[in-house]
Order: sequence, then C-alpha cells, then structure tokens
Amino acid sequence: MTDKQTPTVVVDNLHVDYKIFASGKAAKDRRSLLSRQRGVRVVHALKGVSFTAYEGESIGVIGHNGSGKSTLMRAVAGLQQPVKGAVYASSRPSLLGVNAALLSDLTGEKNVILGGLALGMTPEEVEERYDSIVEFSGIREFMDLPMQAYSSGMAARLRFSIAISRNHQILLVDEALAVGDKEFREKSEQRIRDLREEAGTVFLVSHSMRSIMETCTRVIWIDHGTLKMDGEPSEVIREYKKST
Amino acid sequence: MTEIDYAALAREAGLERVGARPPLPAYLKEMWERRHFATRLARYRIEAQLSQNRLGLGWVVLSPLLQAAVYGFVFGLIMDRGSRAGLNFIPFLVTGFFVFQFFAQSFSQGARSITGNASLVRSLGFPRMLLPVSAVIRNLYELVPMMVVLAFILVGYGEYPSWSWLLVPAVLFFMMLFNAGIALIAARLTVHLRDFTQIVPIITRLILYMTGIFYSLELVLADNPPWMLTLAQLNPVHDYIQMVRSMVLEGQEFNTLILVTGIVGGIAVFIGGIVFFWSAEERYGRD
Ligand SMILES: Nc1ncnc2c1ncn2[C@@H]1O[C@H](COP(=O)(O)OP(=O)(O)OP(=O)(O)O)[C@@H](O)[C@H]1O
Ligand SMILES: [Mg+2]
Repeated sequence: MTDKQTPTVVVDNLHVDYKIFASGKAAKDRRSLLSRQRGVRVVHALKGVSFTAYEGESIGVIGHNGSGKSTLMRAVAGLQQPVKGAVYASSRPSLLGVNAALLSDLTGEKNVILGGLALGMTPEEVEERYDSIVEFSGIREFMDLPMQAYSSGMAARLRFSIAISRNHQILLVDEALAVGDKEFREKSEQRIRDLREEAGTVFLVSHSMRSIMETCTRVIWIDHGTLKMDGEPSEVIREYKKST
Repeated sequence: MTEIDYAALAREAGLERVGARPPLPAYLKEMWERRHFATRLARYRIEAQLSQNRLGLGWVVLSPLLQAAVYGFVFGLIMDRGSRAGLNFIPFLVTGFFVFQFFAQSFSQGARSITGNASLVRSLGFPRMLLPVSAVIRNLYELVPMMVVLAFILVGYGEYPSWSWLLVPAVLFFMMLFNAGIALIAARLTVHLRDFTQIVPIITRLILYMTGIFYSLELVLADNPPWMLTLAQLNPVHDYIQMVRSMVLEGQEFNTLILVTGIVGGIAVFIGGIVFFWSAEERYGRD
C-alpha cells in the first residue's frame, strides 16, 4: 500500500547505547583507578531497529516502559548519536518531548517568538503567525508570565503550538500530549491529522491506545529495544494487549 | 524485512542523514538566516535580568563600577605607587575594568550557553553556534551603556574627548571577534567536561591579574628584562585594553606588537573558535 509513496524517514539498523557511570554493587568488582572502564555500564537501548516512514503517515509508537520509545524518537530527531546504523530524513525532524519549557525564565510570548525564529521563520513570519500560535495554545492570558510559572499542561500546550506552526515537516510527539486536558488533546489530534494530510509525517508515542487508534495510520511496537511488530493499528494493538 | 537495503532507499529518495554536521559554509549560511534568533535571545536575556532587580539597567553599569571600586581601593593601598606613577588612576582603572568585563562575561556566559539551555537544545533543531554567539551579542549590547558611563567618568576626571575616541569601536570590534572565539571554545569544552565551568572563574581571575587592570604592566615590568613585557603583551586581552586606554587617556600609548597581536589574535581566535565549535556540532544536546 505504501510502496508508491515518498519516504520521509528511513531508519537503518539503528543501535543506540547509553553509557552510565554506575556506582554501587554491580560496579564494585571492576573498580580500579587505572582502568578507564571504571564502573561503566552500557545499556543497549535500541538493538537494530529498521523501518521506513512515508509522506502522509502518522505512526504510533507503543511498548512497555523502558522499551526504547523515547530513545528512538531522540535518535530520529538527531539528538542521540547511534553507535551503529543511521537515520535519514527529508527535513530536520522536530521532537516534542516531556521537558517543560524551552527557556523557563522567559515569558510565554518570548518563547513563542524565539521558538519560531529557531525553527527558521523570519521575524515577519513569526509576527504573522504569533496570533494563531497563541490562539491554538488557548492560554493567551498567561503569555506575559515566565514559563516556569506554567503548569505542565500549559507548557505542553504552548510547546505543541510552537512546534506545529511550521508546516510540512516531520513531527515527533513523545507523550507531550498526555498532560493536556481533553479539549486540547482533541484539538491537537485533529491538528496531527491535518498535518498528515499536508503530506507531513507524524510519530506519536503514547500509552493511550485510544489516542493512537484515533490518530494513527500505522503502529510500531518496540519491545526491549527491537521492533517487534509494524502494521495496522488495530492488529498491532491487539497483539500488544495480548502480550501484557 | 532484513534484506531491504535501507541506505540505498534513503539515497534514492534524496534523504539526508539526520544530525549530520553540514559543511562549514552551509552551516554558516544557516546561522546567518537565523541571526534574528541570536539577537532576540540576547535582548530578552537582558530584559529578563533587568525585570528582576529594582535598579534594572543600572546594574549593568553599577556592578562593574563597584567591582572596580573594590579593586581600586584594595590595590590602590597595597600596590606600590610606582606601579602607576604619573597615571590618572581612576580613569585608568575604570577603563580597564569595563573593557575587561566584556571579555570576562562573554567567556563565562559563552561557557554556559549550551549546557545552560539544555531544554531548548533538546527540543529544537537549529545551529547550536547561535547560543554562544548570542551570549557575546548580549555583552555587546551591555557594553553600550558602560561606554557611555565611562565617557562621563573620563570627563569628570579631566580626560577630555578627542578625535581618537572615535577609534575605540574599531578596537572593540576586534575584541568582539576574540571574545566570540573564546566563547565558542569554552562552550564546546563545557559540553565535553562539565567541570570546566568551575575552572572558568579561575582562568578569568588569572587573566585579570596578568592583564594589568589596576596597575600598568608597562610600568611594573619596565625594570625587568624586555622579554617579560613582550610576553605580557602577547595577551590579546591586555592589548585591547591598552589600545582603548591610549585612545581615551593622556599619556598612554601602544606599540606595533600590541596592534598586531590584537588584530591577528582576534581574527585567528574567531576562526579557530568557529571551526572548533562546528566540528563537534553533532554532539551538542546529547546528555
Ligand atoms: N539518559 C539515559 N541514560 C542512561 N540510560 C537511559 C537513559 N535514557 C534511557 N535509558 C535507558 O534506555 C532504555 C530505554 O529507555 P526509553 O526512555 O527509551 O524508554 P521508553 O520506551 O521511552 O519508556 P517510557 O514508556 O517509560 O517512556 C531504558 O532501559 C533506560 O534505562
Ligand atoms: Mg519515554
């Protein structure tokens, strides 16, 4: 079905490790000042994940806690260096994670402007879109407060509104909508569907199967750092539910 | 599934590797396109800082002025008068300290520019070089009120405006290049080694003493072998300060070594800093 479409993201045999300078029992037996490997533990977060995403797809990413979903998103966004393999994309993907604010000591208004400029808009474009960004976030009356004074849902609203303001792109949403209320979740899910229609590609990490069913055209199941299943949402979710 | 050649597929579709460092010219072009981000961020940082204090903009000038007063008081008493014989001491001290502040703040804020904006770096993709550059721009903005106050202090202490004052911006331009290079180098070092932020104030202090803010290097080293003064003048920070001093103060002068070190040092550190920072672009933002 997807064969004729244009690929936007290609993930090729992706391996990601985390090196942790661990202390405690497990590290003790190897502790020596001279060895460089003192107490280093390596976590293989991704062990060879490959897939291709196409224009106009929204892909749900599911899996249990610690399976490597966030790691995959960070690697696709280019924020995590793979030890092996590579990620290719048609444009620089933007990642919406769970961290609260962009610049927490600056006001919401300034975050919108700086976010737009950092995404490559001109000052005029930012000015033009400012109103629609704020409108979408629905928190106009808080725009003159520093973002550290925002609730996590308010911050998520604003971040999502900023990220979504640029069209035709690859958007990675890692549980960023989970803290939003029902109204905002519905609005942003609608926006994700629109983006898909504009030939964008969206990845949505979520533990809410309902939200995945409603927005995604395809689901990827990550299990212990490997791709366990890739296919129709209803099918993959059925298998996923069976396994837990 | 495994027999698909993903790399070839990506090549065919014209996809580029994510996170790959663009070649330097393309990188600089992208930076130029987003220059407004750096200038706005600099402005907002100043505004945010100002709104937190009652005196606001006053502190931009007052803080270095008070520091200069402390140093002036302490060293004015301790140091032998011969170290500043014939100097108009207060204008000499304040000029030196204000110009030094441009270097010190660019250095320390540049060092923290990537690690201190981790949340921003982790969520948006943009050339990371904008952050240390923005730190230098911020200090350039803050330099303007400082130079205005300096002009008043100079006049108040009997150093009257002359045509040579107009050359000060040219010196500060080369100093800005130098500071930007230092900020870029410090920003990358901090990413590799967080502990570097602990060393920054120590290096700054060391350079402060080597630069001759509250004494004249040229006078103090006058009786020592000439190579010592030559060595001291190879420090670009001292050279910028000395050049500014000779433009605004009576009886201060600079030689060719100072001029050449200032210009060549500024350009070399700037270019070196850009290359050094850019070559690790793929590393920033990964914890
Ligand atoms: N910064 C880090 N340093 C070290 N190990 C990490 C780091 N981040 C994640 N890991 C490890 O990588 C593995 C995958 O983590 P990841 O955050 O990708 O899981 P996840 O699928 O997003 O889980 P969740 O559903 O809880 O969000 C885990 O075993 C975790 O311990
Ligand atoms: Mg996660």
